[in-house]
Amino acid sequence: MVRYWIGKLFSVLVSLFILATATFFLMKAIPGDPFTAEKAVPPEIKAKLMSFYGLDKPLWDQYVTYLKNLVHFDLGMSMKSQYQTVSSIIADSFGYSLRLGILSIIVSVVVGVGLGILAAMYHRKLLDSAAMILAVLGVSVPNFVVASLLQYVFGVKLNWFHVAGLNGPLDYVLPIIALASLPIAYIARLTRSTMLEVLSAEYIKTAKAKGIRKRVIIFKHALRNGILPVVTYLGPMTANVVTGSVVVEQIFGIPGLGQYFVGSVSNRDYTLIMGITLFYAVILMVARLLTDIVYGLVDPRIGLRSRKGAA
Amino acid sequence: MRKSWFLTLAMLLVIGTVLAGCGSNNSSSGNQVFNMNLSSEPPTLDPALAQDSVSFTVLTGLYEGLTRKDSTGKVIPGVAETWDISDDQKTYTFHLRKDAKWSNGDPVTAHDFEYAWKRVLDPNQNPASPYAYQLYYVKNAQNYNIAADNPNHITDPEQVGVKATDDYTLVVQLENPTPYFLSITSFWTTYPVHSSAKDNAAWAAEANTMITNGPFKITTWKHGNEIDLVPNENYYAKDEIKLSKVHFVMVSNSSTELQMYKTGQLSYSGAPTGEIPTEQIATLKGSNPDEFNNQATASTYYYNFNTTKAPFDNANIRKAFAMAIDRTQLVEKVTKGGQQPAFGFVPPSITGENKSFREEYPDIDLLKPDVAQAKALLEQGLKEKGLSSMPTVTLTVNEGTGHKQVAEAIVDMWRKNLGVEVKIETQEWKVFLKNRQSLNYDIARAGWSADYNDPMTFIDMFTSTGGNNDIGFKNAQYDELVKKAYASSDQHERMQLMSQAENILVKDNMAILPLYYYTGVHMVKKNVKGIVMDYQGMIDYTRASVE
Repeated sequence: MVRYWIGKLFSVLVSLFILATATFFLMKAIPGDPFTAEKAVPPEIKAKLMSFYGLDKPLWDQYVTYLKNLVHFDLGMSMKSQYQTVSSIIADSFGYSLRLGILSIIVSVVVGVGLGILAAMYHRKLLDSAAMILAVLGVSVPNFVVASLLQYVFGVKLNWFHVAGLNGPLDYVLPIIALASLPIAYIARLTRSTMLEVLSAEYIKTAKAKGIRKRVIIFKHALRNGILPVVTYLGPMTANVVTGSVVVEQIFGIPGLGQYFVGSVSNRDYTLIMGITLFYAVILMVARLLTDIVYGLVDPRIGLRSRKGAA
Repeated sequence: MRKSWFLTLAMLLVIGTVLAGCGSNNSSSGNQVFNMNLSSEPPTLDPALAQDSVSFTVLTGLYEGLTRKDSTGKVIPGVAETWDISDDQKTYTFHLRKDAKWSNGDPVTAHDFEYAWKRVLDPNQNPASPYAYQLYYVKNAQNYNIAADNPNHITDPEQVGVKATDDYTLVVQLENPTPYFLSITSFWTTYPVHSSAKDNAAWAAEANTMITNGPFKITTWKHGNEIDLVPNENYYAKDEIKLSKVHFVMVSNSSTELQMYKTGQLSYSGAPTGEIPTEQIATLKGSNPDEFNNQATASTYYYNFNTTKAPFDNANIRKAFAMAIDRTQLVEKVTKGGQQPAFGFVPPSITGENKSFREEYPDIDLLKPDVAQAKALLEQGLKEKGLSSMPTVTLTVNEGTGHKQVAEAIVDMWRKNLGVEVKIETQEWKVFLKNRQSLNYDIARAGWSADYNDPMTFIDMFTSTGGNNDIGFKNAQYDELVKKAYASSDQHERMQLMSQAENILVKDNMAILPLYYYTGVHMVKKNVKGIVMDYQGMIDYTRASVE
């Protein structure tokens, strides 16, 4: 068990190191620097700026310095936003993305699983088809289209919600629907197919034969197994929703981390590019680890040791 | 059953916590509130470090310089009540008003200005002020600011030509007579800075550490999200301030910005810090004529010719390319924002001697589109280069609003009118700038905006040593004319010299290809009065009111 975790941790650190190195050199390979502008800064002033940020040193030197600071959890100062540390930018803006992310995950799981169960319970009936049509729509319409549509209908035409911004609880409604539309559809389909499988299993038949009520069978006996694939999907989905909502955030004017990520690259804000890339990487890796753990909890047949054996 | 109760409870707790963090609902529809979009986080609110329109727009409310501009662009007293100018126009003595105060109640003195200007120029200031050259008019300023590789470097700040002789008198000595110097004293880089900045380098990064002297003070700065300004009760002319709040949001998506404007979340949309989507301009102009505005701004959209590389090292070929373009069609069919066709480099909103520079020296004398003559010039140019046909060249543009569409329209005109094929290449912004600055292109898109209201802000760009001369243009006569204009204090003579220089640049050499003069397309709600857009396209909202 301990060896398993040490191994995991080691692989996370190695991945982060490789990622940091690759990002660092790739980003430095792009032409331009933080101070390139339409109105060129006089060369003497530019030289002063470059030396202040250590950009006049050889590349290896810069790389080693960056790694040294990174080991001390120092992500440095932004080169574009004066006197803002990279960590404070991430902390400020990630709050919005995280809040939206958590809420849309909850909504996706509750609605998605609910739709899936309904579809399975009323297999081949009207409700099933309705739920699955909804699911196909959700999977095939990209979330930025959903977002623009929601914004236009409920924000501009009906005026029920603010068009953009995050100032009150109501402002969360439209972005959450936009972000959750795809996961809801995906989860609903997953739940439906596994539930159908589980519902035809021997132990459910036994339960039915014993005369247990349908509701109890579904929620108490079938769901626990039926939800397993959803749990597997939860890890990548969490990472996806939390890190990949750039476009939806832009449409709803949400000051999340995504806009800084895009901006940092076009500004050549080197420290911010590095900081956000590594931060996203850590989230992805943690989400995967958590999936492993939760999977073991939900399905006792899958022990951590046996997974390691398989890998 | 107990388990599921626990689960429900946990769920509720999570949702509750998340919603609790959502922040309070601050209504943006209250009276006397001006709502505007900045599109992005201002990189700084330190006047010495600011160099972009977003930072400048916020600083306009927070600070006031020695002078201000009224709604017609005329220089009027700001913190300085009166000023005397010496006969040689090289010494300015500013007399400051005694009732000007900082937001914390401290008096604004001449020492604050001396401190601020020397701070901008301080060679040891880190990070260095990128706009320090806005103060190079001041005596010894440049030689004090630049230390590296400068044999004339001055280490003693006392020798810089700005001095507070008492609390309310500021004496400024200049290198050259500079007729537009008064308009420089309302420029953001010259704003005063409170002495508390000495003790806290990061003072301009958070709302609670900023002490400012303008009509407004900052109360909220949520990074990447919003900024709130409220009236500064210590401002000397606080009776002139009608707004109770200025609320800035940072929404990067231009169609979201427009929707916010339409639903009343914004009172202002468009230039200088926002954008109205090009495809919407025609519709909005028709549907909201009272709110739509596309005032001319002092910026020119043009193409660079790489004058160091064949075939555009030949003036006749350059002229042919410039004369084969129908600019009227370009602005009416492609850009659609009411832009004006450009035949010169200096835009119409720049002031000349008595009227605008363009009225005194019309640009149509510099370049007359003529397809037949363009064809003849191309043939002649090719002969001079010993070429039988036009080689394939590339027009490089940067990503972003409409540049590709403009390029396509122009390439089409060249194909039809000259029978030449030009490839279009789109590059990412900083990659593009890098290539342009290192003369790695044939034709490249460019745009230039004024720093101050004088033709010189355009003309001195293309001297042989100019830091922004990215066309490889070197002309001794041109350099001489600029040098003479720098030294002259006679407005008539200066304007003539600069007009002659523009003649060399455009008429004789066609070193650049002027396309159109920009406009600042924006919309203001009908009930918002007193928003002023200046010659540069920057806005002053400090005297605005909501009816």
